[in-house]
Amino acid sequence: MATLIILIVVALFLAAILTGGYNEQYLDRVKQNWLWDWITTVDHKKIGILYLIGGGLFFAIAGLESLLIRIQLMFPNNKFILGDVFNQLLTMHGTTMIFLVALPVLFGLMNVIVPLQIGARDVAFPFLNSLGFWLYFAGGLLLNISWIFGGAPDAGWTSYATLALNDFSPGPGVNYYVLGLQIAGIGTLISGINFLVTIINMRAPGMTYLRLPLFTWTTFVTSALILFAFPPLTAGLFMMMFDRLFETNFFATNGGGNATVWQHIFWIFGHPEVYILVLPAFGVFSDVISTFSKKRLFGYHSMVFAVVLIGFLGFMVWVHHMFTVGLGPIANTIFAVATMAIAVPTGIKVFNWLFTMLGGRIRFTTAMLFATGFIVAFVMGGVTGVMLAVVPADLQFHDTYFVVAHFHYVIIGGVVLGFFSGFYYWWPKIFGTFLDEKWGKWHFWLFYLGFHLTFFPQHFLGLFGMPRRVFTYEAGYGLELNNLLSTLGTFLMTAGVFCLVFNVLRTVIKGQQAPGDPWDGRTLEWSISSPPPEYNFAQVPQIRGLDAWWLEKQEGNDRMPPAEPLGPIHMPSPNYLPFVMTLGFFISGLGFVFHSIEVGFLGLAVVIVTLYVRSFEEDHGYHLHPKELEEGVNGS
Amino acid sequence: MKIEEKTASVAGLPAEPERATLEGKNKILGFWLFLGAETTLFATMFGTYLALKGETLDGPTPPEIFVMPVVALATVVLLTSSLTSVFAIMAMHQNDVKKMIRWFGLTILLGAVFLGVEIYEFIEYTHLGHTLTSSAFGSSFYLLLGTHGSHVLYGVCWIIGLMIQARHKGITVHTAPKFYVASLYWHFVDVVWVFIFTVVYLMGMMA
Repeated sequence: MATLIILIVVALFLAAILTGGYNEQYLDRVKQNWLWDWITTVDHKKIGILYLIGGGLFFAIAGLESLLIRIQLMFPNNKFILGDVFNQLLTMHGTTMIFLVALPVLFGLMNVIVPLQIGARDVAFPFLNSLGFWLYFAGGLLLNISWIFGGAPDAGWTSYATLALNDFSPGPGVNYYVLGLQIAGIGTLISGINFLVTIINMRAPGMTYLRLPLFTWTTFVTSALILFAFPPLTAGLFMMMFDRLFETNFFATNGGGNATVWQHIFWIFGHPEVYILVLPAFGVFSDVISTFSKKRLFGYHSMVFAVVLIGFLGFMVWVHHMFTVGLGPIANTIFAVATMAIAVPTGIKVFNWLFTMLGGRIRFTTAMLFATGFIVAFVMGGVTGVMLAVVPADLQFHDTYFVVAHFHYVIIGGVVLGFFSGFYYWWPKIFGTFLDEKWGKWHFWLFYLGFHLTFFPQHFLGLFGMPRRVFTYEAGYGLELNNLLSTLGTFLMTAGVFCLVFNVLRTVIKGQQAPGDPWDGRTLEWSISSPPPEYNFAQVPQIRGLDAWWLEKQEGNDRMPPAEPLGPIHMPSPNYLPFVMTLGFFISGLGFVFHSIEVGFLGLAVVIVTLYVRSFEEDHGYHLHPKELEEGVNGS
Repeated sequence: MKIEEKTASVAGLPAEPERATLEGKNKILGFWLFLGAETTLFATMFGTYLALKGETLDGPTPPEIFVMPVVALATVVLLTSSLTSVFAIMAMHQNDVKKMIRWFGLTILLGAVFLGVEIYEFIEYTHLGHTLTSSAFGSSFYLLLGTHGSHVLYGVCWIIGLMIQARHKGITVHTAPKFYVASLYWHFVDVVWVFIFTVVYLMGMMA
């Protein structure tokens, strides 16, 4: 049925195009539209904003899902949401938060800020940057339309075989998971490569590796992790897709398959993913804390070393998710020790942040509040992490709410607070207006207290024996109070998020104009106007040291010394092909979800044709001329 | 910096046209990184194959089905195609479009022969009861080999596109990175085959 509908729609499209069902005027009107502008944009700052919007949308959805989960668990024997729907909510909450919220919102910040921090005019591959965003968005959309068409995935965000195979998860649910993540994952890989090349090849003169701001450094390491962590996921999702669609036997035990292989593959990806998420947040904190303490970052070199070491160790610890599988004491011991070793570089970082604040002139802006709040929350998450790394103890904690508490302390305490901090910090740079500080502080306090109220009691729930993923529990086992508190905490967090939404709307409507350097910043992005012009730097700046912009301000300069004369600037032209290619992937994904192989290949054909069109395209972009630029130079 | 300004300079092409522009340098570096990602992708599939290759159920085992002469032929053909793609890039550095197109043509011809041999091989295997769904061994074998084979196919289609472009546009600082990157890809696909030859066929036949 679905096959038929899609084929008919495609046929109608082709008929419309071939019979001249459109005309030049209509196309012109389309191109005048603001939406066309956003669909075809290759400007890294606009793509960053798109990532923020997309991430915000999915954050709302996944947040709502968590709220429903907590309401069901508020009282023992509650009958609000039962069984399968609960499983779907649980799965989609985790999947959406990890893949469609945490990373993309950080990508949003990276996209806008990293080129500015290294003095680049653009990213290395503007076309691919746009493609990366659209693929992420299409993958997310594919995952979420599962709610409407055929039921959402319900095998948990780890989608363990054999639970996720046809025998136990019939229906299209897990197909959405497999294909949605596949499509979003391609987008992520593309973005990772893009950031790596940008940082390696496009730094301004004098911007050596050991002068890179920490946010750029963490983006760099994160991108390297993406490069090596996402392909295993791709391979694993492929195998699961084949098991579900074509009856292969990778994980199907009755065909000789091995379900543990899925666990290995998933966590070889999944563990580095945790660091992919949290490292950029570390970068945000480093920049925010040094700016609002008016000091250079304490122990810059050890900070960089710690980031790289965490990135490396992140790949060495995946088995700590599998201590109870029964891989034997040797394997468990090795991975337990490697896991605990990560506490060392993380400790280095925490102390460096504290020493940066020590003796500094601290301004408690909203961004700084989030940063300091983070240190407390993240240290707690780290401590429970070390507890979980103790194998005999893990056998007790495993699959209880203790684990849930731990990873929410790390992910919310690290990634979400990090994102909020960066969001308040860079909002003036991105949009040229200020977010309201009063509402920002309401947001912080409600969210932060709500967060602790939600997840702190969950440690005890876990220790008292409440398993994760269950949809109800009996009264009389001492679980009532903590569950009630935990749910009340979620309401507080929601109230906090509403403050943020209100703040953003208020700012968009009547925001106060921000100057180029509102926080008395230290890094390069603050040396240009807010929002930055589309070419970023009229003249590529010459970098003379760490905290380049601060250095110039100390010497009494009001702008960066230029490294080149004022000349025409080469800009890439907007392109609609990324969107078309994404459409192909989306159609293909939808086809495979419903086992209609023809539609699946039809979508892939669209992708291949678009690739060919792109390869043959002669598009060298355009030039902006110095006369148009003078305004920008004086205005900065 | 700007591609279109450097294409038709009087002095002719720079010595390494593929690296003459920032775009070209970015493309090559980005592609090396992409190959790093591909390496992990294949490593995962190799790992899965090694974990599952013993699970043949009632189907044939590796020593029963692998035929050395066929595999050797495929290997020789594919490794030769790597050599011819080197010659194509050397021709590119000599700014000789025709020669480059000829060498690339030979490269994809060999690639097509390899694909033909592989298809023949797969058909033989399915007759022996070794299919994608027969066992975990079958699934992991065809996934690994199939992924490699589809990479070869993709390379053939890609290089055909590039040959058409080379005929129309010649060798410029805009097209040179494309040719160079395609040859990198082709070498990579070859290297993967060397591992497949060793891990799947040699180790399989010795078992």
